[in-house]
Amino acid sequence: MIRFEKVGKRYPGGIAALSALDLAIETGEMIVLSGHSGAGKSTLLKLIPAVERPSEGAVIVNGQNVAALKRAAIPFLRRNIGMVFQDQKLLFDRNAFDNVMLPLAIAGVATRDAGRRVRAALDKVGLLDRERAMPVALSGGEQQRLAIARAVVARPSILIADEPTAHLDDGTAADIAAMFHAFNQVGVTVLVATHHEALFAPYMTRRIGLSRGRLAA
Amino acid sequence: MKGWLLQHRQASAQAFRRLASTPLNTLLGALVLGIALALPAGGEMLLANFQRLAQRIAATPQISVFMALDATKKEVAEVESRLRKHPGTREVKLVPREETLRRLKESEGLGEVIESLPRNPFPDAFVVVPGDESPAALEAMRSEFAGYPRVEHVQLDSAWVKKLDALLRLARLAVGLLAVVLGVALVAVTFNTIRLQILTQAEEVEVSRLLGATDAYIRRPFYYFGALQGLAGGAVAWLAVLGATLLLRLPVGELASLYGIDFSLHILPLSDSILLFALAAWLGWAGAWLSLIRHLSEN
Ligand SMILES: Nc1ncnc2c1ncn2[C@@H]1O[C@H](COP(=O)(O)OP(=O)(O)O)[C@@H](O)[C@H]1O
Ligand SMILES: [Mg+2]
Repeated sequence: MIRFEKVGKRYPGGIAALSALDLAIETGEMIVLSGHSGAGKSTLLKLIPAVERPSEGAVIVNGQNVAALKRAAIPFLRRNIGMVFQDQKLLFDRNAFDNVMLPLAIAGVATRDAGRRVRAALDKVGLLDRERAMPVALSGGEQQRLAIARAVVARPSILIADEPTAHLDDGTAADIAAMFHAFNQVGVTVLVATHHEALFAPYMTRRIGLSRGRLAA
Repeated sequence: MKGWLLQHRQASAQAFRRLASTPLNTLLGALVLGIALALPAGGEMLLANFQRLAQRIAATPQISVFMALDATKKEVAEVESRLRKHPGTREVKLVPREETLRRLKESEGLGEVIESLPRNPFPDAFVVVPGDESPAALEAMRSEFAGYPRVEHVQLDSAWVKKLDALLRLARLAVGLLAVVLGVALVAVTFNTIRLQILTQAEEVEVSRLLGATDAYIRRPFYYFGALQGLAGGAVAWLAVLGATLLLRLPVGELASLYGIDFSLHILPLSDSILLFALAAWLGWAGAWLSLIRHLSEN
């Protein structure tokens, strides 16, 4: 369902973040992406929802070459991909409920239906009792769970997460890893870039190692 | 269709929230726009009233025929009978010089001045209502009456009506120009407000894009913001003009009654009010549109 074909990515003026990358990920997999800092993990993840465009090669998502996608088509690609960002990107001017509502509002889901789905997503990450809380009032682990709820509320078929357990204590990090496992169990294809390989090891279908922008053991 | 409605409802609600989240800025913005719009709107209110007044006065053209000051009663009677017999006149009314003097003596302010005059400065006069109101017929009568013996001066009321009309047209042009200039100012103000809004909302815009928002979705609340701010400015302008109208109504009515005219200042006509609100909203929208082109990044 996701295929990288001879993908290269060079940032303006920088060195190659990814080089001649070939990769195929099947529906329902749970991939752990590992590698040293600067290996190209974030870059690889960003190519899937076309947050970054490859300098060469093709990135095929659900049969579509994302690299050649017209600008106007990108929003509709992204609505099918849940993203947990390294810096979370929560909106601090609204409460937990409204943060999770955002993807549904963007997709034009009718209000009443959307409210039900927002609560279901908050329930899955254990934040149902905090729906009125502002993000600043949430702990680090709660903020991360909120970010996950927002990523899954629109029921994407692909979920990508960049360092979702960074800065979390071990217990909380383990909870988060189990949560990704739960989404994978219901058929979501999951890609996680992480330094905490061991946490995800029990759940992953495959580990992909990156080193200096190339596949590594 | 339903989704479209929903998106617009959400966008307008969002614009409302953004306006409400900075009430002081919103109020100041509305005041600035409102004062700018109040000038042409107030001008339009005055013009509409003047036009109403002019139309009423000009409804029946009259010819005033003034006799020489030393014309005898016999000479006046002579002219009167000629005027009455003239086929072009429908109504002839003699205004004796004594009556004019008496009427002005009674009027406020002028009374004492008139009283102090050594002799009656007013001539006998006729007010003639013509049968044929065409400008050519009026002009022909004017020159004919001027040739009657002891007639000093003939005045066509349509002449000053024409002048008033030209004056009103000029005033209308001035109000139009003022509206254009201040309309541009309104667009400029909105342009800047939306620029600041885009900066304030940069994070939300970025996150929304990552979550699959289209350009239209991103832009919509800004358009509503601009239009709503324009509308608020329009409302301020409308209220300002309403206030001015009510304040001026009494003194203007008193002034008019001095001239024997029953006239009261009307508020901005409905069509002009609608135009004011529509224009204000549209200009705000246009300012937002320009600002989005200039300031909203593509990514
Ligand atoms: N926006 C960017 N502009 C320039 N260089 C970048 C940018 N993002 C990442 N890089 C560079 O690309 C390489 C890979 O980065 P990244 O994909 O973030 O690696 P990782 O997530 O594995 O740490 C690094 O050398 C990094 O400095
Ligand atoms: Mg990274």
